[in-house]
Amino acid sequence: MIVKKEWIAMLLAGGQGSRLHALTRDIAKPAVPFGGKYRIIDFPLSNCVNSGIDTVGVLTQYQPLQLNEYLGNGQPWDLDRIHGGVYVLPPYQKSSNSDWYTGTANAIYQNINFINRYDPEYVVILSGDHIYKMDYSKMLEFHKEKQADCTIAVMEVPWEEASRFGIMACDEEQKIYEFAEKPKEPKSNLASMGIYIFSWSKLRKYLEEDEANPDSENDFGKNVIPAMLQNGERMYAYAFQGYWKDVGTIDSLWEANMDLLNPNVPLDLYDDSWKIYARNPVMPPQYVADGAITQNAMISEGCFVEGEVDFSVLFAGVVVEKGAVVHDSIVMPGSVIKAGAVVEYSIVAENAVIGENAVVGCRPENVEDKASWGVTVIAKGIHVGKNVKVPAKAMIEQDIPEVDGNDE
Amino acid sequence: MMSKTLGIVFSNMHDSMLGQLTENRTMASVPFGGRYRLIDFVLSNLINSGIKDVGIITKSNFQSLMDHVGNGKEWDLSRKKGGLTILPPYGSQEAVLYRGRLEALGNIYNYIRSSKAEIVVMTDCDNITSIDYSDVLRYHKEKDADITVVYKHKPITDSIHRDVITISMDENKRVNGAFINPEQEEGNVLLNMTVISKRLLERIISEASSTNFYSFTRGVLQQGNQRLKIYGYAYDNYVADIKSLQSYYDCTMELLNPDVRRQLFPPERPVYTKVRDEVPVRYGINASAKNSMIADGCVIEGTVENSIIFRGVKIGKGAVVKNSILMQGTYVGEKSVLDCVVTDKDVMIRDSKTLIGCKEYPFFVKKGTAV
Repeated sequence: MIVKKEWIAMLLAGGQGSRLHALTRDIAKPAVPFGGKYRIIDFPLSNCVNSGIDTVGVLTQYQPLQLNEYLGNGQPWDLDRIHGGVYVLPPYQKSSNSDWYTGTANAIYQNINFINRYDPEYVVILSGDHIYKMDYSKMLEFHKEKQADCTIAVMEVPWEEASRFGIMACDEEQKIYEFAEKPKEPKSNLASMGIYIFSWSKLRKYLEEDEANPDSENDFGKNVIPAMLQNGERMYAYAFQGYWKDVGTIDSLWEANMDLLNPNVPLDLYDDSWKIYARNPVMPPQYVADGAITQNAMISEGCFVEGEVDFSVLFAGVVVEKGAVVHDSIVMPGSVIKAGAVVEYSIVAENAVIGENAVVGCRPENVEDKASWGVTVIAKGIHVGKNVKVPAKAMIEQDIPEVDGNDE
Repeated sequence: MMSKTLGIVFSNMHDSMLGQLTENRTMASVPFGGRYRLIDFVLSNLINSGIKDVGIITKSNFQSLMDHVGNGKEWDLSRKKGGLTILPPYGSQEAVLYRGRLEALGNIYNYIRSSKAEIVVMTDCDNITSIDYSDVLRYHKEKDADITVVYKHKPITDSIHRDVITISMDENKRVNGAFINPEQEEGNVLLNMTVISKRLLERIISEASSTNFYSFTRGVLQQGNQRLKIYGYAYDNYVADIKSLQSYYDCTMELLNPDVRRQLFPPERPVYTKVRDEVPVRYGINASAKNSMIADGCVIEGTVENSIIFRGVKIGKGAVVKNSILMQGTYVGEKSVLDCVVTDKDVMIRDSKTLIGCKEYPFFVKKGTAV
């Protein structure tokens, strides 16, 4: 039986996310922890549910195990539905033309049958590596009002950064007349946010044509959007105002976490009408001991803090022992910062251990060669031994044995 | 393999003892430990011990309880077979508003009879601990007992000296006497957790209704201990015995002791509760927390010491909260001072107020009050 849906969403969970290096060794990018208790994918998924979308396909082909386990039956997001819900859609073998997803458009193309099951009027295409809150139903209203074939969410970016984005040029009606992927000389500063609404019948036609074209890279930004524009389809830009951040790099992931600590950043996680849902850890409340310092910080359930935490985000079950210092850092679930250790400007992934008196990362002002400074990353499950010094920008993917302490 | 076991939870026993805390809720739904209700510990113990059929007997005031447990999915008790069943007071035609445990069980006689279980574990919600019932069930089998009651040898202080039942036993731990509120300084205090075979329970319920007995203590523990093989199971782990507002305060403060937390929250036996999708705790600039347990969704901009702070509490700049228990949704305005205060849910303390109780008599602020 087909229960017709007005709209469904397809979430491109992406490939390896190689720019996140050590953090995505064995998990897909959307499953990377974010903001003390969330994972990146909680943001687009919660946006879907809060916007009234009850059917979401998640397209992934890289390390789906954790993502699958995390999404489960979709219950934490209220996506355990009789008709619809959340589905992880990996590539699969067919009687002919089986392949990995060769591009964003190809990933959707390979799941045309999934979409057809719901016979939707509209399909929302989303990315799995953006942090933002957005009401897609307002964008759909705009799409209908303009009788558009495709609506692309855009936001103004600083002119000097415009050449890093897909840039739209629009008329005063918001109709797009030109689209340039990462232009050298941008004609506008309206950047695509990687959020599209298509009228499904139109998109299906273009996906089939794109697939038949051997020269295409099967990518939305590079192929499908330009082809539609060239054929004079009705394409509109929907202007978004608010917080939006691509967290596809170590620096931007670190910054986006720090943004949560900044009261001036317009990303309100406390708004009851637009909650961000997540799978919740089953742990007792955090305990902050006598002598601990916790300021400008976000700290989750199950944490045990005896040391000092400032400008930092601690995920569930993190331990900061006596005399340990965590500054300007992100510590993911289950990691332990041992007594006297110092962690600054770092991302410590899940279940890592920073040994006694070890020093991980450093402040930018303490580095002579500013160009060599960057956020330090300790990968999942890594043990950094006693007294070890890990420099700025290092990416530690192997255990480091302890060294003798010096008495200076 | 453990015999199939049914859990029965008495949600209303001892309600009258907590005063205002149970004015609009059952004992079972009294908030505890920052993010829990008392029943969370009870249900988690049952499921962590492999007991997946649970009936909750209710009497009155159970709306907040039903709201909290829902269909039981947060405890993994939303099942096709068995799972969670809420048993309201007038659930069958013969049901009466019960006066005692046996009458309460009489009301749910059909529920018990239709269960496929061989063994029944019955528990109240006043003793909060992390107990593994499989140990008790093993003991019950080894002793070839008709009934096993769990007790703890401990002092009987004023704050728990209400509804206390102690037992005496012979050298084989067989129960030979039971005493209600005895004048003793210490004793073998029952934790109100009982193991019994389903068949025997059915028989006792039938007999009780024909002889008009309604108290399990009088009818079974006192008068039946010659006839029935009743054994005591000694338990020494940490137990929070919540029998009065004072013992509620004292037990809550004990959570600040790391050894108590270790015993109450062993990682391999998680305590489940209703998920509220709260944000992690946010500490502002100049915030300070010492020796405190703080749950998700709080925003701390002032100072917190020696306190238990429930989910979604806001503590304003310059405010000082000490030795206090602030329940869900409490708002403390800027520069207010709270010492030895217990606020129920959704209390609002405006800016620059001072509320001070003492450890022996904490200042209680009723649900929804604005000060």
